[in-house]
Amino acid sequence: MSDIVLETRKISKLFHDPVTVKVLDDVNISINKGDFVSIVGKSGCGKSTLLYILSTMDTDFSGDLLIDKESMKKRPDSYLSRIRNEKIGFVFQFHYLVDEYSVLHNVMLPGLKLGKLSTKEVEHNAMQHLKRLGVEDQALKSANRLSGGQKQRVAIARALINNPLIIMGDEPTGNLDKKNSDIVFDIFKELVEENNQTILVVTHDPDFAERTDRIIEMSDGRVL
Amino acid sequence: MNLKLLINIAKTLLMARFRQTLIAAIGVMFSITMFITLISFMTGLNGLLDGLILNRTPHVRLYNEIKPAIKQPSNIAFPNELFLVSSIKSENVRKDIYNSASVIQFLKQDERVDGVATKLNAPVFFTIGDIKIAASVSGIEPMEENRLFKFGDYLTGGDLKSLIQESNSIMLGKGLADKLMAKIGDVVYLNTPNGDRYDFKVVGFVQIGIADIDNIQCYASIQTTQKILGKPSSYVTDIQVRLKDIKQAPSVAKEYAQLFNLDAMDVQTANAQFETGTGVRNIITYAVSITLLVVAGFGIYNILNMLIYEKMDTIAILKATGFSGSDVKWIFILISMIIGVAGGVFGLIFGYLLSSVIDNLPFETQALPTISTFPVNFNVAFYFIGITFALVTTYLAGLFPALKASKIDPVIIIRGK
Ligand SMILES: Nc1ncnc2c1ncn2[C@@H]1O[C@H](COP(=O)(O)OP(=O)(O)O)[C@@H](O)[C@H]1O
Ligand SMILES: [Mg+2]
Repeated sequence: MSDIVLETRKISKLFHDPVTVKVLDDVNISINKGDFVSIVGKSGCGKSTLLYILSTMDTDFSGDLLIDKESMKKRPDSYLSRIRNEKIGFVFQFHYLVDEYSVLHNVMLPGLKLGKLSTKEVEHNAMQHLKRLGVEDQALKSANRLSGGQKQRVAIARALINNPLIIMGDEPTGNLDKKNSDIVFDIFKELVEENNQTILVVTHDPDFAERTDRIIEMSDGRVL
Repeated sequence: MNLKLLINIAKTLLMARFRQTLIAAIGVMFSITMFITLISFMTGLNGLLDGLILNRTPHVRLYNEIKPAIKQPSNIAFPNELFLVSSIKSENVRKDIYNSASVIQFLKQDERVDGVATKLNAPVFFTIGDIKIAASVSGIEPMEENRLFKFGDYLTGGDLKSLIQESNSIMLGKGLADKLMAKIGDVVYLNTPNGDRYDFKVVGFVQIGIADIDNIQCYASIQTTQKILGKPSSYVTDIQVRLKDIKQAPSVAKEYAQLFNLDAMDVQTANAQFETGTGVRNIITYAVSITLLVVAGFGIYNILNMLIYEKMDTIAILKATGFSGSDVKWIFILISMIIGVAGGVFGLIFGYLLSSVIDNLPFETQALPTISTFPVNFNVAFYFIGITFALVTTYLAGLFPALKASKIDPVIIIRGK
C-alpha cells in the first residue's frame, strides 16, 4: 500500500462568467508519494483550473481536497498559505521571479517565510539547489538578467527550497525550446528517482507526457 | 508573521520606485515641518500675549468694592416690610482691608497658595511748573511683586532693589516719564489729594506695554505709599494671591470672599477673552497642519496604488509561494509606514531647525521691552504629536491599498498570461 499525498473527492467547479459552465465535473484522482504524473488534454478542458484548486490557491469549488491526508475544505487563508509554503512547490509556465531580488534571494524567499531554518542555513540550501540545477554561477545576478531556461531552473530551485511534499507545474516547459525542455524533464526525473519526490505536471507536450510514470487525461472537465 | 522578512520585502519594493517614494516622503516631511514650526510659534506667541496680562494679574485679588449696602437702614429697622428705596448712594466703606496682617498670615499658610503680595493705590498729582498731571502710585512689595508677577521683566531702566533701599524713591511708567521729561536720578514733585507735597527721586522706568497704564502709573514701595497717604503700616487696599494651580482661582476666590467678607476677583473672570483667543489660534494651527498631512496622505495613497498595480506579479508569486493575504497587507502598510517614519523624522528635524531660526529672528516692539526675538515654544509634546500624526496618516493612507493588495487573487494573474 503506497502513501497517498494528494487526493480529490468529487471536485466540481462552475464558472459563472458570462454564463454558468461546469469546468470541472466530478474529478476523483489520487497521487502517491514518488509518482511522476502528467495531466494532458485539449486546451480549455480544465487542466489549469484543476491545478490551481490542487495547489489551494483556488478555494471556490465543491467536493473535497486532501493534502497529506488532511482536508483543505473551509480552511482560513493563513492555513492554506502555510500549506503552500511548506508542502507545495509551484512552477509556473512563465518564469515568475521577483525582479528586484537576486537569483539566490528569489530561491531563499519561501524558506525565509517558513522560518524553520536560519538565514544562513536557508542560503546554504538555496545554493545547493542552484548547484544541482546547474545555475549556481548566476546566484548573485538580478533575476531579470537570466535566459528563459535559466529562469525556469531557478523557479524549480525555489519550488524545492522547503523540501515540499509535492511539486506542481502548469506547463513548466510550455515556453521553452526543446533543449531546455529536456533539461527540465531530466531534472524532474532525477528528483523523482533520487529523492522520491512527487511531481504533478500539466503539459500539452505529448513527448514530455509519454516519458512520465503516469498520465491523467482530461476532456471537458472530466478525467478519462 | 516574520516581521524582518516583511520589512525587507517592503524595502525592496520601495526601492524599485525610489523617486516617487522620495517625493511622497518629502510631502510628509513638509507637513510635519510646518506643523512643528506653526505650533511652536503659535503657542510661543500665545504664551507671550497671555503672559502680557496673565503674568501681571493676580490669580485672586482681595479688596473692598465701593458699592451700596445690601441692607439699607430701613430693612434693618423693619425687617418684615417691603421698601422701594430710590437714589441709593454707596456706603462709605473703608477702602483698606480690615485686619490685613492676619488675613495675609492665613493666606500664606494655605497649601494652594504660591505667594501673596500686598498692594496699595494712591491717587496723586505731579506738578511741573503750573501743569498738574494726574497719576496713580502703586505701593508694592518689589521683591514679592517680581517673584509672583514678573515685575522685573517690565523694567526698562533702574534696579528693583533701589525702591527698597532708597527712601522716597519712585519708578515711573514710561509714558508718564516722557511727559515729566524725567531721567533716572531726577527729582519729581508730587501732591497728594490731602494737599501734602513730596519730592521723589526717580530710580527706574516701567513699561507694561499698555499705553493707558504706562501713561499714569508709577510705583513705590508700600511703606512709602502708606506715608504719602498718612496711613499706618497695616493699611493695604489689595491683597494679591498667586495660586499653584490657576484653574482653582474661581473656587478659591469664592471661598475667600465668604471667609474674609471681602470682594474677590479671580483671573478667569477678569480676563475671559484671553482663553478664547488662545483656543482659536490653536485650532487654526491644527487645521492647517492636518490639511497638509491629508494632502501628503493622498500622495502616499497614490504611490501605493501605482506600486501595487506594477507589482501584481510579485504579489502573485508571494502568495503562490506561501505568503498569506495578511502578510501582503503588512508589506504594503510597512511601505507606507517607512515613508511616514522617514518623512516624519526629517519633518521633526527640519521643524526644529526652522523654529530655531524663527526663535533667533529679531522682533522688537515698544509694547514688549524684554522681548528681542520672536517667541517660540519648544515643547517635546509637539514632537510626539507630530510623529504620531505622521504615523497615523501614513498608516491610514497605506491601509486601503494594502487591503486591496491582500485581496489580489494570484490565480487571475498567473492564468492571465
Ligand atoms: N475566470 C474565468 N471565468 C470564466 N471562465 C473561465 C475562467 N477561467 C477559465 N475559464 C474557462 O474554463 C475552461 C478551462 O480553462 P483552463 O483550466 O485554463 O483550461 P486549460 O488549462 O485546460 O487550457 C475554459 O473553457 C476557460 O475558458
Ligand atoms: Mg492552462
